Amino acid sequence: MSLFKLTLKELQDKFTAGEVTAVEIARSYLLRLNQVEPKIKAYITLTPKETLLQQAKAIDDGLLAWRKTQPMMAMPLGIKDNICTEGIRTTCGSRMLQNFVPPYNASVMESLRPHQPLILGKTNLDEFAMGSSTEHSAFGPSRNPWNQKFIPGGSSGGSAAAVAADECVAALGSDTGGSIRQPAACCGVVGFKPTYGRVSRYGLIAFASSLDQIGPITKTVTDAAILLNVIAGFDPMDSTSANREVPDFTKAVKKKDVKKLIIGVPQEYFSEGLDPEVFESVQAAIQVLQELGGKIQEVTLPSTERAIATYYLLATAEASSNLARYDGVKYGFRAKESRELAEMYRSTRSQGFGPEVKRRIMLGTYALSAGYYEAYYGKAQAVRTLIQRDFDAVFQEVDLLVSPVMPTTAFQLGERLEDPLQMYLSDIYTIPASLAGLPAISVPCGFSTMGLPIGLQMVGRRFEESIVLRAAYAYEQATNWRTKRPVIRS
Amino acid sequence: MASISQKEVEHVAQLARLELAEAEKARFAEQLSHILTYVDHLQAVSTEGVPPTASVASEETGLREDTPRECLPLDKALANAPESHDGFFVVPKILGK
Repeated sequence: MSLFKLTLKELQDKFTAGEVTAVEIARSYLLRLNQVEPKIKAYITLTPKETLLQQAKAIDDGLLAWRKTQPMMAMPLGIKDNICTEGIRTTCGSRMLQNFVPPYNASVMESLRPHQPLILGKTNLDEFAMGSSTEHSAFGPSRNPWNQKFIPGGSSGGSAAAVAADECVAALGSDTGGSIRQPAACCGVVGFKPTYGRVSRYGLIAFASSLDQIGPITKTVTDAAILLNVIAGFDPMDSTSANREVPDFTKAVKKKDVKKLIIGVPQEYFSEGLDPEVFESVQAAIQVLQELGGKIQEVTLPSTERAIATYYLLATAEASSNLARYDGVKYGFRAKESRELAEMYRSTRSQGFGPEVKRRIMLGTYALSAGYYEAYYGKAQAVRTLIQRDFDAVFQEVDLLVSPVMPTTAFQLGERLEDPLQMYLSDIYTIPASLAGLPAISVPCGFSTMGLPIGLQMVGRRFEESIVLRAAYAYEQATNWRTKRPVIRS
Repeated sequence: MASISQKEVEHVAQLARLELAEAEKARFAEQLSHILTYVDHLQAVSTEGVPPTASVASEETGLREDTPRECLPLDKALANAPESHDGFFVVPKILGK
């Protein structure tokens, strides 16, 4: 059996047992990348073949000397290209950072480093993680491995496509309003956004700092728990990092039932606009959870309909501030032939940013500008409080919420590119948990008649990732969706 | 319907240090009006006495001792600069002629 078909857990077990070497793993994935990457375009930057083989050989040689393996040792990973990797170009999908080579590692990379993983490359994303399709990448879109005419979702579309196409065993993504969960749903893999503060944001190129969170995209729920174990934890370099104990998340993926769990079904997540096939798959999944011992309870989150407007005001306001740093002075692109500084700023930013980033900077700047601040930004901050209160109230009654991840399956490339608002509306079910900072997972729960994956979302209380993982694992094990793999003709 | 004029687009672009082509200005005026019309339903929500949420971080912002630590060495700090000279970032002249 080809090594690239294995899950993280399976590959880990084989490597730990000494059944495969790091070089064999690297070779298998290099072959796979060679076959399918030209079709999927999941990566912006690939690690050169020789470098990868050298790293693999160093791992094998080191093991001969002191046979001590680490959980992520020799595991081939894809890293979203908005996570800083020392010495490896990090573009954020933007012309602005086309040649940016970070002088330091993001904290998640520092956590991975002692494990000696094999970093296969940096995965594609919508420019500065702003988008739901990867079509806003300055390097061109990635393709959905299930059907290459369709988007892989976004913004972590490259990471999700890479995992689905066996172009890495697991990947890191980032989620601001659904950017891990939505592409995971589109590509039929698992995507987990941890609680805000659970994973350090240091070295994650900022989009909207009060919402951004790094998390795993994997083939199974168990794999997500394994990877989260490595990247979670307090980091003094991130002032919003949570200084609290991190449980062993792999302990949450043992029991195959959800007995004693009260599972809420928010009625607002099943309203008009929900595709009937998605509705049916999610209803069937809720049925499975009931059979597994969960107590199903209908709940209401009345502020849901306000979430998209709230999000697009707050996230763009934060983005307009965060992206002010791209001025062509210290790093990144600089427009040529400017005679004075102000002109250089304007030319640099106008040539360096793509249309969606400019649109969001404009919207955010408008929402923060004199005369509009209270009406837009201030209002959205207050509504955010109401959205949080909705969740607080509901989590008094239930342990977990289940819903669709997105109202439809993946849409076609180009379909929503000309209509930004339509694109924003596809995030309706993922945004509320982001605004409240809650842990939320996407697990595969079916396919449309067109053969496109459908995702089930589970949302938990703050820092109760273990409950989310437990329920997701029980559901996954009770169904067969994870065994279906896309066929990519080469 | 909320609308944002081309003139307002120009003003906001100036605040954001963006230079927009004429076609871009017209497109942004239309698209931003469209988006602002959508977000306007927030105005109907009663938020009297509701405190704003700026962050959902659970802890107080972590304070630490202000002790000097090693910083990025000069060559690394300048490595990504579009233009540098003798340990400095170089920019076009700041004052007008």
